[in-house]
Amino acid sequence: MSLPLREKLIFEYSRPGRGAATQWPAAATAPPPVPAELRRTQRPLLPEVSELDVVRHYTRLSQLNFSIDTHFYPLGSCTMKYNPKACNAAALLPQFAYRHPLSSAHAGQGFLACMYELQEMLKAVTGMRAVALSPLAGAHGEFAGVAMIRAYHRSRGETERNEIIVPQAAHGTNPATASMCGCVAREVSVGPDGDVDLDALRAAVGPRTAGIMLTNPSTLGVFERRIEEVARIVHQSGGLLYYDGANLNAILGKVRPGDMAFDAIHMNLHKTFSTPHGGGGPGAGAVGVSARLQPYLPVPIVARDTAAAADATTAATYRWLTERDLPQSIGRLTSFAGNAGVLLRAYVYMRMLGREGMQRVGEFATLNANYLAARLTQLGFEAAYPTRRASHEFILTLRRLSQERGVTAMDVAKRLLDLGFHAPTTYFPQLVSECLLIEPTETESRETLDAFVAAMAQILREAQQEPERLQGAPYTLPVRRLDDVRAAREPDLVFKSDAA
Amino acid sequence: MPFIPHTAEDVREMLAVIGAPSIESLFDEIPANLRTGSLSEVPAGLNEFEVMRLMQARARQDGSPLCFIGAGAYEHHIPAAVWSTVTRGEFYSAYTPYQAEASQGTLQSIYEYQTMLASLTGMEVSNASMYDGATALAEAVLMAVRANRRSKSARVLMPRNLHPHYRAVVAATVGNQGVQLEELPYERSVGHTAPHSLAPFEGQDITALVIAQPNFFGVFEEVDALTDLAHARGAFVIAVVNPISLAVLKPPGLWGQKGANIVVGEGQPLGCPLSSGGPYFGFMSTRMEHVRQMPGRLVGRTLDLDGRPGFTLTLQAREQHIRRAKATSNICTNQGLLMLAATLYLSLLGAEGLERVAALSMQRTEQLAGALTAIPGVRRVFVRPGFHEVALAFDRPLAPVLAALSQRGIEGGFDLSEHYPELGPSLLTCATETKSDEDIDTYARALADVLRAARAA
Repeated sequence: MSLPLREKLIFEYSRPGRGAATQWPAAATAPPPVPAELRRTQRPLLPEVSELDVVRHYTRLSQLNFSIDTHFYPLGSCTMKYNPKACNAAALLPQFAYRHPLSSAHAGQGFLACMYELQEMLKAVTGMRAVALSPLAGAHGEFAGVAMIRAYHRSRGETERNEIIVPQAAHGTNPATASMCGCVAREVSVGPDGDVDLDALRAAVGPRTAGIMLTNPSTLGVFERRIEEVARIVHQSGGLLYYDGANLNAILGKVRPGDMAFDAIHMNLHKTFSTPHGGGGPGAGAVGVSARLQPYLPVPIVARDTAAAADATTAATYRWLTERDLPQSIGRLTSFAGNAGVLLRAYVYMRMLGREGMQRVGEFATLNANYLAARLTQLGFEAAYPTRRASHEFILTLRRLSQERGVTAMDVAKRLLDLGFHAPTTYFPQLVSECLLIEPTETESRETLDAFVAAMAQILREAQQEPERLQGAPYTLPVRRLDDVRAAREPDLVFKSDAA
Repeated sequence: MPFIPHTAEDVREMLAVIGAPSIESLFDEIPANLRTGSLSEVPAGLNEFEVMRLMQARARQDGSPLCFIGAGAYEHHIPAAVWSTVTRGEFYSAYTPYQAEASQGTLQSIYEYQTMLASLTGMEVSNASMYDGATALAEAVLMAVRANRRSKSARVLMPRNLHPHYRAVVAATVGNQGVQLEELPYERSVGHTAPHSLAPFEGQDITALVIAQPNFFGVFEEVDALTDLAHARGAFVIAVVNPISLAVLKPPGLWGQKGANIVVGEGQPLGCPLSSGGPYFGFMSTRMEHVRQMPGRLVGRTLDLDGRPGFTLTLQAREQHIRRAKATSNICTNQGLLMLAATLYLSLLGAEGLERVAALSMQRTEQLAGALTAIPGVRRVFVRPGFHEVALAFDRPLAPVLAALSQRGIEGGFDLSEHYPELGPSLLTCATETKSDEDIDTYARALADVLRAARAA
């Protein structure tokens, strides 16, 4: 493939008098009535460019990216599956796109019906008692979950419960969330088979335990087999269980967090329910809870008013519940109702899959991961947990390759880019040295997986024959490896025009 | 199968490679008693035609009312080029640009965005965006507590005329970290936060003062005086601003003698559809001296192995994937597509287009206020000028009035009574450049009818 090598900055296209005037409204008939001392006197640095300049510039920039639509993207823990186009088309229907967040429920029954049904479907697939849709991303959902756990303990007078237990290999957001909620993160170790060390867990719990945050399947790509024992230990100590839904794709339709005794969960709708990652957002991090946390859910939540439904001529059937309806709520976490457009996309995806399609997600994600793991280990790559069944993702460790040939996980990742594949997740989890975390997802065909295996075989050959080829990769992209140290030492974070 | 490409033959051969008898056997590590039965509560699947027919019906149910609500989310013209470009698969379906060499498009557009937002707000550096305006403010409060080393109190002053949802989000977010929020009153007849309202805090340790310009009522604040008073007491100034207004208003970087320390706001007006509340994006900018305390992603320009310029995520030692429990925030995302939409919007509008949007919006709001206050029983609440919004007092309860307008296809504004009972029945209403003479006339005639009917009843 050939990518354009470089694209100027939009500011470098700017010429006085070239602005895209078709996009401007008529001039006001009088200057804006702003008191002199509040007026802006120098214009901001915005380009003066034609509409074609803008379209061509950003189209060219888009072509410098890898994406699911153009490349296989086996990024572990990120669930980069195909984002169906209908989801976007439905969310951008004009009545949805132009609906103001504070519009009356009367002018939103269609939208609210979708949100209510989304809540119900998410409850069904996770086995939780109630769901709130407003958190804006996975980490935001984590915040809601831990805040609810704290509110629960506080309501019982147990204010000293401020320790959140996380396994060694947890996502960085877990301990960071504990801190944001005023808690202390306490790590427990993981055994050589990848399961949580139960003795370490028993030693860690106590009267200060607020709860534990777990991903299952874990970040090591294996199912926590003794999850019932983990739940018993934590619950008996008075703590609650939080499920990090980052890996929900692996078990969709196979086992539900609610049935594993979790009290709070977040779901990354941009992973499991296929809303776009958008180059880093927007996400959506709906939360689900067990009965004991239900009073603390963040607002707003959509309610279905069956009394009103009986008389179709009167009030709205669906409405928002706010702090007034839910006085024990942890409160409001978003300006409005959450990432509604993302929620609509997830709703459309779930309606297209339906109950049978939902059960196939976990099955084929797991089939693809196990197939890829088998092919790659047959080539000679080393699995980090060879005795375990891969879930929807698995870890290879390149410790031997790095010791013997000086080829690191980073080198392999960069060479894969040259060969037309996005790199797997590298150096996470930190527990495994020189690791690649690989997640193919269910939407990739066998042919794509085989092509990836062929690329990995070529890399293995190059590692034996000419390791320096890998160490210098990539060669065919718009840039080669970037100087991150320079970027941090001499931060160049904004363009400075010579004129300014 | 929906979005699963496997043929029966693929499955057979793949299982043979794995050495497993069935797909089911791949789940043999999950205890049998935990296994899910059928998901009977989930409806059966729909094909694309069926689901689009359903969604179109739901959309028609919502209709296309003539909307005069602002209150933190604003209808502006969005050039067609914005979303046709943003939804290109190469942007839409890409991940966070951790692999810089394969993400130069996303990274460069973030660098351009950072440049535009820093300049618009008059600050030195902007991050790659936060979730929304309210969460950006909550993060700014936490950042001020970390960065203001002269203050030990973690006390933050929040004006009552700040958006009530923002106040609620800040309270829900920072409460667990022991930050104390104290409310500043507003002047009842004027609508702004008077500089003398800071007098009771003379000699006390205050960490930060939040200033909203314009405030929730749309009224202008005396930002220079407030900024200087806060700085004189050792407090940081956190500015909450409307980005469109910055085309005509003094940027926070120039407020008072030294300028605001942190600037945040809701980015939605810059090319993001209203979409029932999201996805939007929050923006955040600051001075270089505070950059290491700033949450969220940052992109920097650097050089590659061959000495050519390129872009990369930088100063990541602030972030959760590196620092874990000691990170500046747990945030792990930016609102990539929305921030990109804003970058295209600002490129298409330029400074002149943005000035026109701001000026015409002010004119339309003024025109709307004139038309509505000509109706008996409606008057202005505040005398001070402002931007985008106007608060109107009514001689009767508003809920039935707004419901009657909604039945006529008009969303009349935001009812202030719940959050500001001290104002009596009052409405916050807004017109932007998208409202025509006819639109305003339609609203005024409908309101006159509704009020006449209410008086007659």
